[in-house]
Amino acid sequence: MLAVLAAHAGLAVLAGLLAPRLGPRAFYVAALAPLSGVVLALAAAPDVLAGRAWGREVPWVPGLDLTVALRLDALSLLMLVLVSGVGTLIFLYCASYADRDSPLVRFAATLTAFAGAMVGLVLADDVILLYVFWEATTITSYLLVGLSDEDRTARRAAMQALLITTLGGLAMLLGLIVLAQQAGTTRLSEIVAEPPSGALVTAALLLVLLGALTKSAQVPFHPWLPAAMAAPTPVSAYLHAAAMVKAGVYLVARLAPGFAELSWWRPLLVSVGIATMLLGGWRSLRQHDLKSLMAYSTVSQLGFLTAVAAWGSAESAVAAALLLLAHGFAKAALFLTVGAVDHAAHTRDLRLLDGLGRRMPVLAVAATVAALSLGGVPLLLGFIAKEEVYTAFAEAEGTFATVALAGLVLGSVLTLGYAGRFLWGAFAGRPQPSGAEDLDAVPAGERAVAAQDVHAPGAGLVAPVVVLAAAAVALGVLPALLDPLVSAVAAPYPGAGEPVHLALWHGVTPALLLSVLTLALGVALVAARRRWGLLQRSVGRVLPQALDADRTYDAAVYGLDSAADVVTGRTQSGSLPRYLGVIALSATLLPLGGLALRGADLAPGVIVDRPVQIGVGVVIALAALAAARTSSRFAAVLMLGGVGYGVAALYVLQGAPDLALTQFLVETLSVVIFLLVLRLLPRRFPVQTRRSRLRRAAVAVTVGVGMTVLTLAATSVRVRPSVAEEFVARSKPEGGGLNVVNVILVDFRGLDTLGEITVVLIAALGMSSLVLTLRRGRPGADGPHDAVRREEPEVRAP
Amino acid sequence: MSALARAAAEGTVLAPTGSSLVLALVVGVLFATGTYLLLQRPLTRVLIGLALLTHAANLLLLVAGGLSGAAPFIGDDGSVPERMADPLPQAMALTAIVISFAVSALLLAVAYRSYALTRDDVVQDDPEDSRIAHHVEEGPS
Repeated sequence: MLAVLAAHAGLAVLAGLLAPRLGPRAFYVAALAPLSGVVLALAAAPDVLAGRAWGREVPWVPGLDLTVALRLDALSLLMLVLVSGVGTLIFLYCASYADRDSPLVRFAATLTAFAGAMVGLVLADDVILLYVFWEATTITSYLLVGLSDEDRTARRAAMQALLITTLGGLAMLLGLIVLAQQAGTTRLSEIVAEPPSGALVTAALLLVLLGALTKSAQVPFHPWLPAAMAAPTPVSAYLHAAAMVKAGVYLVARLAPGFAELSWWRPLLVSVGIATMLLGGWRSLRQHDLKSLMAYSTVSQLGFLTAVAAWGSAESAVAAALLLLAHGFAKAALFLTVGAVDHAAHTRDLRLLDGLGRRMPVLAVAATVAALSLGGVPLLLGFIAKEEVYTAFAEAEGTFATVALAGLVLGSVLTLGYAGRFLWGAFAGRPQPSGAEDLDAVPAGERAVAAQDVHAPGAGLVAPVVVLAAAAVALGVLPALLDPLVSAVAAPYPGAGEPVHLALWHGVTPALLLSVLTLALGVALVAARRRWGLLQRSVGRVLPQALDADRTYDAAVYGLDSAADVVTGRTQSGSLPRYLGVIALSATLLPLGGLALRGADLAPGVIVDRPVQIGVGVVIALAALAAARTSSRFAAVLMLGGVGYGVAALYVLQGAPDLALTQFLVETLSVVIFLLVLRLLPRRFPVQTRRSRLRRAAVAVTVGVGMTVLTLAATSVRVRPSVAEEFVARSKPEGGGLNVVNVILVDFRGLDTLGEITVVLIAALGMSSLVLTLRRGRPGADGPHDAVRREEPEVRAP
Repeated sequence: MSALARAAAEGTVLAPTGSSLVLALVVGVLFATGTYLLLQRPLTRVLIGLALLTHAANLLLLVAGGLSGAAPFIGDDGSVPERMADPLPQAMALTAIVISFAVSALLLAVAYRSYALTRDDVVQDDPEDSRIAHHVEEGPS
């Protein structure tokens, strides 16, 4: 499994390197990556289908308990077939589709990297690893959607996809961490096997599901998916049909065995899924762009998948597995069809495509098969899947199951409707203009592209579609081939018993009757195409625009931008005093707040230790106040010196002669240096307004009072005797000195002193560079620069 | 075990812990005046404010160490004065004094350079930040 991931990484680099030389054929090389995934799937299949999952663990960051834990079970196998199997076909298709002038290096490398991330995602068993691959697909998807980076629409679409899915991704990370904490393990398989419970777990699951729902474009996060159609069509086929958008469904299916019995799980997820299905189907029926039609169809089908996967019974798991396969095959085939049509006719507008089916019969037949499979027509895989869905919901108990079933049937009718619309739009001839209003008629001023205007698409564009359609037929006629896979997928669910037997004919069951009903209504919907279009338009006019999720997204992004602007403008005023004031206040008020919550004894030990301290203290206070008040620089510095000497006196009184000595020396030196610099500066400080003075004073008084309180508290909260006892005891025998402070400085805490000396050295370097550079740069000064300039030989004209 | 070590183990060597109200007030005054000056624009005043804050912090260290006592010297015979001032805060404050001296000198050099370049040592608003603030008042474009 690691080898497959490594192959993807290596081939991503290789394809990027080869693309300039080989052109689009680099995709043939890159196709080896998904092919390695197929090989892995085939190799693992016998074990996995027998119920023995493949596992692999490599320590990653042992200190953080992070492991590269991979696990290949039946669900992963199913996803691997989709990701790598469909992926291989899409890579081959790309080799015929991509132009030489498209950014091939980025295209090939990113697509291969994406395939690798997707394989990693479905194999990951460690939740953190899962998240890493999850975001890797988000980032590669961002790059692929924005592949044509000169295009404004593409950039916006890429950004929208990125913002929405990372929003979900971050929520998911938070949820996964909490979930892992509660479960006591980061292994997904173990979490699901022994699900934790509690309010915190519910919150964590909701966060994780937010990630799943954004990734799978569920209402109300769906708008990014249709927008992402700005990507090249094979990218859409891969990311937005077969692989990436399924990640959310995959995660739901992963968690369902453990958590589907939670009271809120089914109502929430199944409702969201059905709402998405209906909305996607409704919107799809109004699109003119074939690719947008497919995009909304995907939204709709993802809703379908989410609802079925979330139901979480053994029967629905079988149905979800079949549906995943059926949709992956059919939708990828249809997207690739759109690409081939676009390639041939240079338009995807179904109003302009006139009778292309005659020109490309093979493609038309294959696409028809795929579309009918999507719609759930018998003899195709989609029918088997839909039958299983209906059975699972019809056999489930409770009103909610019935309501959900009704929603699913309605959604399936819409599915047939847009599948028919797609075929009619892509391949059928345009109707003769009649008097009746037809929203799908050729727009005024445009000319339809007729069959004779286009060239037939090359075999490279048609073959993958045919393969996918053939798979849908083969599995639809012989569904028993899938028995082992779906049985294994359903095994972890409670109530899974004997192996599943899929068959074309189950006898007359409620599911069959519902299928017949769906087909009848669907055909009616296709037949009434024109009138239905007008009806939808009238309904659309009635609905308020606030319901448009895309507008909400725009408003949210704009609001966020302006809010950030305002916050930055307010907090980042550029004024150093204001910044320092905020820091000073926070540094005082936060500890005081903590103190107030905790409570502390503020009573001082003594009023005064030695009476002389009062006199010295008063002198210091007066000098400090004078230093703050005076507007003369000179006086301020002298007052500062006064404070320094006063403090030195306090040191003496406190019993710290060393400190006092140092303080005297430093203070004297400081005053001298200060005066040296002050010689140059103006004598007086600039005048400040009364208001700013008061504001500063208010902050200052707050800090002063706060620090007094903290000083008193600091002495009363002491619980242990000073470690200095030991220093005193060891000073002579071990340090060989009688002055304990000195021994501490050079011996016990010698590293502190080393740091101190370093600071002094760096400050000295800084000072000399500041002062000396200045002297050199001053115009007219006799610095080395001037000397050099004078010696420069003059250039003379010959 | 020597008499000294025993005394140390019993915790009778050092001056008692506890705070002195007067010193706590001095600390407060120094913090207040220091902060007041720190919030000014002329770099010299900021610098003086910083020096006052340093004094305040050093005193705080010392006050937190306990009440006053004898200097922490050991006699030649190994005798320890009764009620010795705690030497650890002293060592820390000593380090702090030297470092703050170095920082003050560096800041003075900055003030000097600022004066040489602009004929003033007043800290101006950051132009980039003010542009953002201005932009917000005008409304986003």
